[in-house]
Amino acid sequence: MDRLRAQLDRWAGNAFLWPAVVVVLFLSIFPLVLSLYLSLVRLQFVPGGFQLTFIGLSNYRKLFLGSEQVHFLGLAGRTTMLGWLVFGLGVGLLAWTLIGYLRAGNVSAGGLIGRGLAVLIGALILLMLVRTLAPGGRPGTITVTLIYVFVDLTIQYLLGLGLALLCTQRLPGRRFFRVVFLLPMMITPVGVAYMFRMLADTTKGPFKPIWGALGLYNTSWVNDPWGARAAVMIGDIWQWTPFMFIVLLAALEGQSVEQVEAATVDGANSWEIFRHITLPEILPVSTTLILIRMIEAFKIVDLPNVLTNGGPGTATESLTLQAYINWRTLDLGGATAVAYVLLFLVTFLAMVLVNVVRRRVVEA
Amino acid sequence: MNAFLRLFRRRSLFRPSPLQMAVSYAILIGWAFVVLFPIYWLVITSVKLPIHVNDGPVYLPFVDFQPSLHAWEYILVGDLKNDTFRPYANTVIVGSISATLALVLGTMAAYGLMRFRYRPRLGAILSFVGCLVLAFIAGSSGVPWSLAIIAALALFVLIVQTIGRRFQKSLGNSDIAFWLISQRILPPVAVVIPIYVLYQQFKLLDTHIGLIIAYVGANLPIVVWLMRDYFQTIPIELEECAAIDGASRYRTFLSIVLPLAVPGLVATFLFVLVFAWNEYLLALFLSSARAQTMPLTVAAQNATRGPQWWYMSVLIILMITPVIIMAILLERYIARGLLVGAIKG
Repeated sequence: MDRLRAQLDRWAGNAFLWPAVVVVLFLSIFPLVLSLYLSLVRLQFVPGGFQLTFIGLSNYRKLFLGSEQVHFLGLAGRTTMLGWLVFGLGVGLLAWTLIGYLRAGNVSAGGLIGRGLAVLIGALILLMLVRTLAPGGRPGTITVTLIYVFVDLTIQYLLGLGLALLCTQRLPGRRFFRVVFLLPMMITPVGVAYMFRMLADTTKGPFKPIWGALGLYNTSWVNDPWGARAAVMIGDIWQWTPFMFIVLLAALEGQSVEQVEAATVDGANSWEIFRHITLPEILPVSTTLILIRMIEAFKIVDLPNVLTNGGPGTATESLTLQAYINWRTLDLGGATAVAYVLLFLVTFLAMVLVNVVRRRVVEA
Repeated sequence: MNAFLRLFRRRSLFRPSPLQMAVSYAILIGWAFVVLFPIYWLVITSVKLPIHVNDGPVYLPFVDFQPSLHAWEYILVGDLKNDTFRPYANTVIVGSISATLALVLGTMAAYGLMRFRYRPRLGAILSFVGCLVLAFIAGSSGVPWSLAIIAALALFVLIVQTIGRRFQKSLGNSDIAFWLISQRILPPVAVVIPIYVLYQQFKLLDTHIGLIIAYVGANLPIVVWLMRDYFQTIPIELEECAAIDGASRYRTFLSIVLPLAVPGLVATFLFVLVFAWNEYLLALFLSSARAQTMPLTVAAQNATRGPQWWYMSVLIILMITPVIIMAILLERYIARGLLVGAIKG
């Protein structure tokens, strides 16, 4: 009996981890392999069925160099001095981190290759942003998606953190706010998208008098590229701030009280308490939150699809919406190729986040 | 002067000064308005006649317009009755079971990744992938799938037992965690067709179990990552004490670690529940008549005559009600002070 118990205890590590790994393996391996294969073929309908023709990397070539280039990467404008300045600064910063790594000693071949690649990809993304956002340029779906993710995440995190801090104070009625603030997350994304379409309508929506007062009565603001993008981002921020809020709230509430008490007795003010006690404690969970939200935000599809249908033109089209539209027109190869570019891009960003930011935060 | 200063003084540790309180309330109420206004609009749209919606905005029921329950009738007792209740039951079943399962499995894995050291060998992983590719090639060139998979598994065991032992390079816990979360990166559009094919083979299409497995798999990485961070804040001394007292690893996990992680568990559960409750694209593909869930019914209200706002609003309200009740019931567990005094003595 005792030997059995000892044996069971030795197996604990495996017993804890394996069930989860098996479920994820079951659902991930086959789809990953098959969709990679799909991104290398062209689907054609032939009498009596369909036919998959192997065409190698043509789907990817179409995105980066061929007919989809403007749609996908965007159209370069006349880059201004300011643009080049931003680009120069960014590249300088990237190069500086690389030099810092080299000077710290402790250089390994893998680490060097990884960092070199990261700097190169970072510079390329920056170049694309600077050139397509210049006057006369047109941002492609990659740029639009990156803008969505960056703006949404920043605002959501700051809002969520601020609200969570307010809700941990001993204010009467805070439980009401806590539940109310969770509401947007509970509505199905498709529903949120239709709801915002209702609200954004300039003739039937509730803000009609405001549009009228501003003299925008018959000019739908969704016809302006940046107006439409703002509408999509407002919807996303509205829906997903609660996620940041609830996770940060749980982290703040899990904090031990003794430290805060001790610091207060020693005369620390609330900013000092936040900076030196609270912030270090919620930083690990913050990196996780940002990682999860970043991965989800890159897959934004319902809002632009329902709210603006990707328009005007392709101004609000995200990468996933582009994949979705390809896929609706039965261009399976094109759809999965877009999805795989997204996979590489997000994996790259996630690895940078985990290896550079999170490691530093968790070990500190 | 004294009265003025008192405005800024904290009354006790967690009681802010009156001025701070006023500012806090202003912000809280402001955001509550931002959150509630769209939902208010949803509620009044559900009692509007189509003409009230199409002729421009009206704001207050009984003042601006006469409310009507026509949409509620249509959804709950009229034509759409059967198309509402079955998906509703499906959503409840699939959502609650999959969220619970994901929470259980994910929490266990998160604890494992926190407190144990795993060293999956690179050689074993590579040979696993290699055997899988072989099975895939064999299967697509005419060999029966079951045979191909069994042969590949046998080959895998053979390789690991013989050559695999020579390659000692291995990965660590953080690599496992990253692999788990990376499973969420690929957008559903790219994987629905492969999963459809997979489910066809296993006869899981249009079943509750199929949807539950899909959602558990999709939610597990999130649970693992969030719970890992919550576990990190629990002092390891408590577990060491339990181990010295002779508790097994399972016992420590169940009676010491889990109770202390309740705030995190609740927050995570609410999130995965909401995700499974609202998921659209996978449900669209993997379910048709029997296992269909509510988001499909909502999206279906965008008919050929344009979106039927009033029906959509009713369905959305029906959908969020149980989740709101759940949130109200569970919110109290996200509370401070569980660790107070835990390490003393």
